[in-house]
Amino acid sequence: MFKVTIDNITVEVEPGTTILQAARQIGGEVVPPAMCYYSKLKGSGGKCRTCLVKVAQGSAADPRPMPKLVASCSTPVQDGMVVQNITSPEVIEARKAIVEFLLINHPLDCPVCDQAGECDLQDLSFKHGMEETRYVEEKREFDIVDIGDKIKLHMNRCILCYRCVYTADQIAGKRVHGVMYRGDTAEISTLINESINSNFSGNVIDVCPVGALTDKTFRFKSRVWFLNPMNAHRNCPSCSGKVTAWMFGNEIYRVTARKDTYGEVEEFICDECRFEKKNKSDWTIEGPRHIERNSVISANHYEKSKKPSIIKPLEEKTEAPE
Amino acid sequence: MDNSNVQSLSGRSKVVSDKKLSFVERLYLPAIFKGMVITLKHLLKRKATIRYPETKREFSDIYRGRHVLKRDDQGRERCTACGLCAVACPAEAITMVAAERKAGEEHLYREEKYAEKYEINMLRCIFCGLCEEACPKESIFLTTEIVKSDFLRDRFIYGKDMLVEPIDKPIDISKRQTPAVLAFKKEKNRKHND
Repeated sequence: MFKVTIDNITVEVEPGTTILQAARQIGGEVVPPAMCYYSKLKGSGGKCRTCLVKVAQGSAADPRPMPKLVASCSTPVQDGMVVQNITSPEVIEARKAIVEFLLINHPLDCPVCDQAGECDLQDLSFKHGMEETRYVEEKREFDIVDIGDKIKLHMNRCILCYRCVYTADQIAGKRVHGVMYRGDTAEISTLINESINSNFSGNVIDVCPVGALTDKTFRFKSRVWFLNPMNAHRNCPSCSGKVTAWMFGNEIYRVTARKDTYGEVEEFICDECRFEKKNKSDWTIEGPRHIERNSVISANHYEKSKKPSIIKPLEEKTEAPE
Repeated sequence: MDNSNVQSLSGRSKVVSDKKLSFVERLYLPAIFKGMVITLKHLLKRKATIRYPETKREFSDIYRGRHVLKRDDQGRERCTACGLCAVACPAEAITMVAAERKAGEEHLYREEKYAEKYEINMLRCIFCGLCEEACPKESIFLTTEIVKSDFLRDRFIYGKDMLVEPIDKPIDISKRQTPAVLAFKKEKNRKHND
């Protein structure tokens, strides 16, 4: 086991763990944000540079610091490594610059975008970015494309994280879309406009950190903060059937996979669950999903409160047995 | 029963006595004259009321009255149904339904999404102006006009027909914008600022 110290908190991890994974084992504020890394997709990470951290001490054997900030999602830990994330002003400054870079070609169409309210880039720029833009040049523009009849691609909003490409490759099985061209002109494209027709292709919507890939069946239907996310399940032959149903009254507006604290899906779901089953009778509703208080979705969202352990035995005492 | 020993709650109570009036007091004339002086003094004072609707009071430039949904200088509706006014509204008075702009409707709506239905319940609205503050598209503004009274509750739910400003009669809202906003609007080199 390797000992790593991240922001003065020491944790023991398996050899081969990345710094980001080690930070996630600690949890809380010390976890670097990630836009492209996705723990469930092999080969993801190392593209967006949001998770840059400072390595103040390389290892116990060689205590020299690393010369530059490193991407924590793709750097494995070494024994005795000392990492600084939020305790280093250099990292905070770098992250601010990275957000500015990510936003260079990103349009300011959050009021129109369906992802607004649950967008990783929105959260990231709110937390780390600047209030004002310094960019006055032309932003690159693309036409809005349909990928299949259920998914819409807004290439303007894409930050080229490659998550959807890995999903199509590894989850949907048959890869029919990828990134064409290079550098500034790179774009997501289905090769020669071939539509995605795997049963798991809808997962590219969930893995997209921005609003580049959106659900056409939910397009402009509502804003996410007006809906109530509910845990729901059904017997599905092709996937686990565990989803989040976004409800308004008794209507299901859309179905997504359940996402954990890092915005990653817990289990990938099939397209039948996602796009076809929009009736309440199709699902067993378990109850409201936990939403963090700092999220806009938590407006008017009520969950059952967990009573502190002191209250429970008291209640049991006061309830007279019949 | 003599209550004079009981402590009064307000401290302002007076003990009433029925002592005999003197001759001058019994004439009542000084008291009547004193009363007339007060009446005549009020005749010369400025009136507290006005003759509405013949005369109207002057409103502040930033009076928060009924809402307007602005159009841009080309007459297109600015509202894109982003829902920020509705989520900011503390009285939950605003609802909307969004729709996608079709080809050929570019002269009607500014963005690719627009509000197909937009309703404000004027009985719920507390005229706090938070919707105006939340709006990222400079679409909703409060005006100096007041909401007209009516007999039926459902007539107070204002739809787009009541809220969107008429093309031929634009409503000036420039006085409601802060100097910082007006200065920012002059920066034409930002694309979203045209």
